[in-house]
Amino acid sequence: MEEKNMITLTIDKHEVTVPAGTMLLDAAKTVGISIPTLCHIDLKGTCVQNMPASCRICVVEIEGRRNLAPACATRVTPGMVVHTNSARVIRARKTVAELILSDHPNDCLTCPKCSDCELQRLVMRFNIRTMPYNNGEQSVRKQELTPAITRNMEKCVYCRRCESVCNNVQSVGVLSAIRRGFNTTIAPTFDKMFSDTNCTYCGQCVAVCPVGALTERDYTDRLMDDLSDPDKVVIAQPAPAVRFALGEEFGMPAGTIVTGKMATALRDLGFDYAFDTDFGADLTIMEEGAEILHRLKKFLAGDKDVKLPIMTSCCPAWVNFYEHEFPDLLEYPSSAKSPAQMFGAIAKTYWAEKMGIPREKIVCVSIMPCLAKKYEAEREEFKVDGNPDVDYSISTRELGRLIKRANIDFVNLPDSEFDSPLGESTGAAAIFGITGGVMEAALRTVYEVYTGKTLPHIDFNDVRGFEGIKEATIDLNGFELKVCVAHTLSNARKVMDALRAGKLNYHVVEVMACPGGCIGGAGQPYHHGNIEILKARAAAVYREDEGKALRKSHENPDIQKLYKEFLGEPMSEKAHHLLHTHYSDKSIK
Amino acid sequence: MAKEMKLACNVVEQVEAICDKHGNRPGELINILHEAQNMHGYLPEEMQRIIARKLNIPASKVYGVVTFYSFFTMTPKGKHSISVCLGTACYVRGSEKLLEEIKRVLNIEVGETTPDGKFSLDCLRCVGACGLAPVVTIGEKVYGRLESKDVKKILDEVAAND
Repeated sequence: MEEKNMITLTIDKHEVTVPAGTMLLDAAKTVGISIPTLCHIDLKGTCVQNMPASCRICVVEIEGRRNLAPACATRVTPGMVVHTNSARVIRARKTVAELILSDHPNDCLTCPKCSDCELQRLVMRFNIRTMPYNNGEQSVRKQELTPAITRNMEKCVYCRRCESVCNNVQSVGVLSAIRRGFNTTIAPTFDKMFSDTNCTYCGQCVAVCPVGALTERDYTDRLMDDLSDPDKVVIAQPAPAVRFALGEEFGMPAGTIVTGKMATALRDLGFDYAFDTDFGADLTIMEEGAEILHRLKKFLAGDKDVKLPIMTSCCPAWVNFYEHEFPDLLEYPSSAKSPAQMFGAIAKTYWAEKMGIPREKIVCVSIMPCLAKKYEAEREEFKVDGNPDVDYSISTRELGRLIKRANIDFVNLPDSEFDSPLGESTGAAAIFGITGGVMEAALRTVYEVYTGKTLPHIDFNDVRGFEGIKEATIDLNGFELKVCVAHTLSNARKVMDALRAGKLNYHVVEVMACPGGCIGGAGQPYHHGNIEILKARAAAVYREDEGKALRKSHENPDIQKLYKEFLGEPMSEKAHHLLHTHYSDKSIK
Repeated sequence: MAKEMKLACNVVEQVEAICDKHGNRPGELINILHEAQNMHGYLPEEMQRIIARKLNIPASKVYGVVTFYSFFTMTPKGKHSISVCLGTACYVRGSEKLLEEIKRVLNIEVGETTPDGKFSLDCLRCVGACGLAPVVTIGEKVYGRLESKDVKKILDEVAAND
């Protein structure tokens, strides 16, 4: 039965047996042959896929066929004899790369993608030393700087990965190819600026761009200036997911936990205080957890108007998504701010008062696996008299670059602890950066507060893993709490469409915009389509959680102190003022 | 950028009716765009958004199709639509000079419409009248064996006959 569906073929000198339907590209991988690709991306186990077979970099020779075939889009057949490295194949690939270069600026030395560019790697791999087709005209295309994303379409190679993720993974549909021939470009709706469309700034287009056409907005120069200004108190807050990926920027294996080294590096860079967004994550659970309980109690008391499910609101791209596309459902998401914004609000009030530092002197910098956070920090409702709670946000990649610039030997740094009091956190905060993590963290607290009992099993395995939409039922003293976890915005749209149709039977829903959650965020080191990197980061997340003495947000002693000294209790008037927000209809009419 | 004029209610209804007639199927997009342009003369942004909404596809996709095919236009055509043939026969007999002259006289570029809405200018490849090269069409009428010096006179005549 098994054998019936297996196909045997020859690739170079190897006999390969793979399931029917396998593409040559994947069949070759099973015997260690890595065929070069450019337009192709397939983050297996997620919906991140782009297989247009348009670049022709992956061509191979198949005996009995006249033309070379793209390995990414050619399925195996029995007895097929494939040559992946014949002279004809290698010459063809080189020509294809040379033709792509003929309409590329080739300003690699100063390109933000230099050394991390897939086209550059091909050029090295094919030993291209001249550019035979580069005497012609080059197309002039749009450049744009948004708060989160930098767009330089002159570098575009038309792989259309960005278009695929924007449409298929995120269902946002802002990006599409327009015009034709040399005038073709990939552009936001009606060739407008991203900022004039319903772009959520999720940045997944940046995460998959093989070249330097789409990159993050870089704030490292601004940060260098602030760090060297003696009048400013610069504080850092790295997000939960950063510590599981930053090491990759320095050649460490994916999944290396670098929490302690990162704290040391932040101080070496000149930050006055190295705090932790994980503190903000624990605080988020206190507020969001209280809101969940508040709505549940109303619901159980027979209140028909209570809005359920309550939805998480930590992910700024998700917030943009529902403000743009579901303005009729804005009462469902929790009003709790994201951990980073909660951190900023507390740092510039509670901590500033404690330290006697005026708000204006503090520069609060968030270090995020995310690009939408750059936009979130700029939102007007997160400012007090024009002064933002979080001054600006840099990505994991930017922190990596900054550490290299400051000649810090990251790999050999000693570990250190975050500063007190905004550096203390629990295992619940550590898992905030992965799909299902916010839900699990909330459940740990909601369960204990609601039932008054200690959790028998702290791990909620049903909400873990990379499945697009996960469900779980939790027994709260006989009440069946139904929860749902979705990642990527196309899955979120399914949930929202069901809610709009009145067909959604959950009490709590978690959404993260990026595949895998923040560990797959657009500000993380590039995964270049390798799912193993995301899996290794995910495993690291749960290792960090297990290693923590405290694993429930409400047990964080500094959080308890914050409520005792300053906030009163969750959802108090003060907490509401500082830690909650509101949403508005931002749909494009 | 100038704020686009709102479409009249009846135009919105007509576009929606065209979409309905085609079952609001995304696969019918090109047919729908054809009919909408036939009805309204051009495909403004708002009209594309209506079609996108009806077909439940992103507006960016509609715009992608509209900009891919040269037949579709997002600028309103003039009362008299001028097309200059740049096919091989016309080209070698100097149609490019004619084009330059029309651009100069009307003070518009290819794809544009005069501010008074009278003339719009486009290029095409071959109207099947190569014997008359170089050829310009204005509306339905074909003008053959033209020279640059004829351009002003013809345009004045067309304008005067309105």
